[in-house]
Amino acid sequence: MDYDVLVVGAGVTGCATAMELTKYTLRAGVLEAGEDVCTGTSKANSAIVHAGFDALPGSLKARFNVEGSRLMPALARRLDIPYRRNGALVLAFSPEERAGLEELLRRGRANGVEGLELLDRQALRQREPRVSPEAWGALYAPSSAIVCPFELTAAMAENAAANGARFHFGARVTAVRREGELWALETQAGCFRAPVVINAAGLGGGTLHNLVSREKVSLVPRKGEYCLLDRKVGGLVSHTIFQLPTRMGKGVLVTPTVHGNLLMGPTALDVEDPLATDTTAAGLDRVIQQARRSVPELPVNRVITSFAGLRAHPEGEESDFILGEAPGAPGFLDAIGMESPGLSAAPAVGAFLAESAAYLVRASVNRSYDGSRPAVCRPAELSPEERAELIRRRPEYGRIVCRCEQVSEGEILDAIRRCPGARSLDGVKRRTRAGMGRCQGGFCMPRVLELLSRELGLPPEEITKGGGGSRLLWGPTRKRGGEGE
Amino acid sequence: MISCDLAVIGAGPAGLAAAIAAREAGVEDILVLERDEAAGGILNQCIHSGFGLHTFQEELTGPEYAARFRARAEELGIPIRLGVMVLGLGSDRVLTLTSRERGLEQLRAGAVILAMGCRERPRGALNIPGYRPAGIYTAGTAQRLVNMEGLLPGREIVILGSGDIGLIMARRMTLEGAHVQCVAELLPYSGGLKRNIVQCLDDYGIPLRLSHTVVNIRGRERVEGVTLAQVGPDRRPVPGTEEDIPCDTLLLSVGLLPENELSEGAGVALDPVTGGPVVGEDFSTSVPGVFACGNALHVHDLVDFVSQEAAAAGRSAARFLKGGPPAGPVIPIRCRDGVRYTVPQHLAVEAMPPEVTVRFRVSAPFREKYLACYINGTRVFHGKKRIMAPGEMEQYTLRRAALPADAREIVFCVEED
Repeated sequence: MDYDVLVVGAGVTGCATAMELTKYTLRAGVLEAGEDVCTGTSKANSAIVHAGFDALPGSLKARFNVEGSRLMPALARRLDIPYRRNGALVLAFSPEERAGLEELLRRGRANGVEGLELLDRQALRQREPRVSPEAWGALYAPSSAIVCPFELTAAMAENAAANGARFHFGARVTAVRREGELWALETQAGCFRAPVVINAAGLGGGTLHNLVSREKVSLVPRKGEYCLLDRKVGGLVSHTIFQLPTRMGKGVLVTPTVHGNLLMGPTALDVEDPLATDTTAAGLDRVIQQARRSVPELPVNRVITSFAGLRAHPEGEESDFILGEAPGAPGFLDAIGMESPGLSAAPAVGAFLAESAAYLVRASVNRSYDGSRPAVCRPAELSPEERAELIRRRPEYGRIVCRCEQVSEGEILDAIRRCPGARSLDGVKRRTRAGMGRCQGGFCMPRVLELLSRELGLPPEEITKGGGGSRLLWGPTRKRGGEGE
Repeated sequence: MISCDLAVIGAGPAGLAAAIAAREAGVEDILVLERDEAAGGILNQCIHSGFGLHTFQEELTGPEYAARFRARAEELGIPIRLGVMVLGLGSDRVLTLTSRERGLEQLRAGAVILAMGCRERPRGALNIPGYRPAGIYTAGTAQRLVNMEGLLPGREIVILGSGDIGLIMARRMTLEGAHVQCVAELLPYSGGLKRNIVQCLDDYGIPLRLSHTVVNIRGRERVEGVTLAQVGPDRRPVPGTEEDIPCDTLLLSVGLLPENELSEGAGVALDPVTGGPVVGEDFSTSVPGVFACGNALHVHDLVDFVSQEAAAAGRSAARFLKGGPPAGPVIPIRCRDGVRYTVPQHLAVEAMPPEVTVRFRVSAPFREKYLACYINGTRVFHGKKRIMAPGEMEQYTLRRAALPADAREIVFCVEED
């Protein structure tokens, strides 16, 4: 299949790029190895829109983080996704660490971050009473925010699709050839050609780059483990609370999420296996220990789940994003090494790459681009009158499927029917939160399974947790007509 | 806004028994609210037998036990609304409901009985490290899939936790042709009923691995195996004892938690040990006109006790609706040394019926130890028990006639001699 621009990877960077590409008159296609958008690094991170004070001034990270952070509020509004500017605090635990805060303040100001301020112990405690009494002072960054990375990614993909971009799932790129002016990408779902390719393949981005470029890169999977706490304790702190960054990254943070949970993590450990998203006892212990250093009262018995994500870290210290044309590969644009602040930067990175691609294929501005997204129906956010009226028209919004997060059948059907829509239990969970609450899907899983089976026209035993071989069931029981009958 | 005299939240064994008793005590206008598509609650998926030995002196399956209460409710003409979820409950006893059929509604109730049941602790609550593949289910979810949906979750099974549902599911999966490798239990004793260990594990040759836990889960897409390790007296894994067990499914039976989001929303005080409301001998909670029973109150071992307590709660709600006399002074029922909690947690001495059954669980297994009851610091009961185990509920009957007029405090404990 032929396109003007092919994006490899449907994570937050790939989807932002796809959305931005549809603002031009060109044919855009997205190739994704997984079964859904947002299944790699984008699904397991801190869900923070960073203010941009810790990147080295002049770096791509600094530029795109600050730009992305400025774009995010308007983007969240027009795509109808949860976003909240809750502010961040970087704690210092001794007078010696004051130098560290001052360095961040200097960097932040150089990067153009607004509103930065140093707080003494008293001002800190006033702003965030639950921080450790050991904290001696803090850097306050009011423009730091929290966002739902699942909904952000899915919403950008939906907007891209509504404006004509096509998504191909199960399309892992296995080989790249040059055919005249075109790049030919062999995938499990067929061969795709385009003069411009954008490499947003996350942890696979290094391998893809090395297939075409004379300058090789090496991406190291850097594992981060997290624990998520029950919403009952979500109000313990209101800011995103960091400690001073280290050589390995921003360190363990404690933050509320846009959905009212409390999140703590990540650790930072370089691993070899780019699929090693397993948590470890040592990692989870470390998360808890470090998080308690910032907020001693953290009720760790309220953990409802833990998870690990992998950042694509370019080898070397103070490494930067790798953005732009790969050396020796005309029309092959990289967006790799998108570790933190990759989520924050995504909207700005997407716009930059789309502009570069449009220039290369001589596309003009698409005047019929529609910046909105078909409205998302969230009954719980309506007034009682509006909700009652909605259920009168569409009774499926009246039946609650997920008790813990109070998600209705109507919302689950919407998630499956959207384009690109959910194809698996995790796809539904990321879009609707069904199964994300304190019972972790114990009650709603059989119901969501039934809805997926019905909507997709597949028998229940073919429904997966997250695509591939993640089938949820072995098959029918004996009585139901399985073996032994 | 619609209204009723008594709203019962949940049509499981507790809700049904409470509604029946309230009607028999003269409450006309009752509404039972059930979120599932059938009344009966968790009993509908408990197709094994062993229910009702106390109540009916015969051994019934879960659905049969539920059917008797359903039939009685029907006979009494008690309306049960199915497929309706209570989204909120205020301290003013106004409920917010949602359903397909009638949409969003406000219901004002003269009295409310909380009978929402309990839920299972998920993997996340244990923070078990490893991957997060398909094939990890709580035992109750697996039970629902097998017994109600006709779907088998897997073929090679490891069960973590020896709660009753885990034990029952070890047998059930075996009968469905799956192979249960073992049941691992963190504690040095089982949390389930003795009879279930014998009938569900021993009879099928399924090993019970006490003082063992799962320390890692393998498999990126579907479970491929778990690592089992022995734990020391501190319940931490002992290095060097790890053993890999290939399997495609991990079932969890690691504890039940009363569901009390609605109760909390209404301002009902909860007991941190039971996870359910703090109640008096009449099952009244801290919010006037709101009563609690069943597994939402405390997790039971036998449904017969659920029915008994729920009936008492139903009668109390009826008394409240008729404007019964004030309860008078209330004294605490406390516990210590081996007794984890009591239900009720307090007692209105003047208003109490001639006999009040106090139920509780012990904190560890005890052999040949004494159960003691103190009133105002004086020991009034001291009885030897051959075995007391955390998996089995204990009970003691307080007699009004035996309570002194100046009773200030009742304490239960386990004593060496």
